[in-house]
Amino acid sequence: MIKRVIALTLLAGLGLLFLGLLLDYRPDTDLNLSARYYAERTAPDLGAANIVTAIVVTYRGLDTLGEVTVLFLSATIVGLVLALGRRRGQAPAGLAPVGELLTTGSRMLTPLILLLGAYVFVNGHLTPGGGFQGGAILASGILLLLLADPLRHFSHGLISAVESLAGVFYVAIGLAGLVWAGGFLDNRILPLGDLGALFSAGAIPVIYSLIGLKVGAEFASMLASLAETEEL
Amino acid sequence: MVDISLIAMATGFVLILIGLYGALTNGNLLRMIVAFTVADAGVNLVLVSVGYMRGRTAPILDSAVPAAEAVARIIDPVPQALVLTAIVIGLGVTALMLAYAYRLYEAKGTLDIAKFSELKW
Repeated sequence: MIKRVIALTLLAGLGLLFLGLLLDYRPDTDLNLSARYYAERTAPDLGAANIVTAIVVTYRGLDTLGEVTVLFLSATIVGLVLALGRRRGQAPAGLAPVGELLTTGSRMLTPLILLLGAYVFVNGHLTPGGGFQGGAILASGILLLLLADPLRHFSHGLISAVESLAGVFYVAIGLAGLVWAGGFLDNRILPLGDLGALFSAGAIPVIYSLIGLKVGAEFASMLASLAETEEL
Repeated sequence: MVDISLIAMATGFVLILIGLYGALTNGNLLRMIVAFTVADAGVNLVLVSVGYMRGRTAPILDSAVPAAEAVARIIDPVPQALVLTAIVIGLGVTALMLAYAYRLYEAKGTLDIAKFSELKW
């Protein structure tokens, strides 16, 4: 009881802070300096139609490389933590049969989900979406397969090969930007093309596709590690 | 007339408070993880609402938003890029918390945080 009172007091203080922020908040009517720069310069400099993508992949590309690394680390640690002391070969008791609908549905839907994921990350520079979203959609296809067959085994070797190769090419493209264009992860190593075309915006679609594969592989490895705990 | 970004921001703040309340008062590790994801969603909602501007559209250039008019037509793209990062990192953190909760359950056979008293003072 006393714990609840302390928690409520703390939260009341935090809520007062939030209330102050909320009451003082005045929405901007014009873009601030950095947003204005991105809005004006993205199309002529980078040729990307989606400004958020231009920021994520090129202007702040180094941060995205770091973000992908954080994701890689957390996927690795999940795998490591769950693999410790794993016992093999015990059939789990009382796993309910999944049923005809889920099995057939997953067979039909998984290819379509993977296709949608690839579409989302390939078009990341044109439409809402991109590598992270596309990668998450790819992993949701894997999740559907796991729901239909919780004991299915995924090849960790294949997943980590996709993940590492995508990472290596990502950094290689970044270094190519250092040599042939303005700096690390500069997208102008490839022609910028016409604004709004699929093959435009230089290296952005290539980088975002690699990110999509990498994120998809990382999420898939997390899902596979978590699913393998079913065996215990 | 209340601005829609204010409504979104207030909702985000409320979600943060709900999430923290849940994390502070629940003893079950899984419930704490769920509570943290609620607070996470609240933070993301607040961040996105900061970038919203009335009467403007998404920061994507097409026939509706030609590049020349972009400055007057689009909302702030920076918070959106930040939230994209935050969502992904949030997912990584959630996966880690779940993995550790599983290991703790294996070690003690319980998810009740009160039973883990080794570091308690």
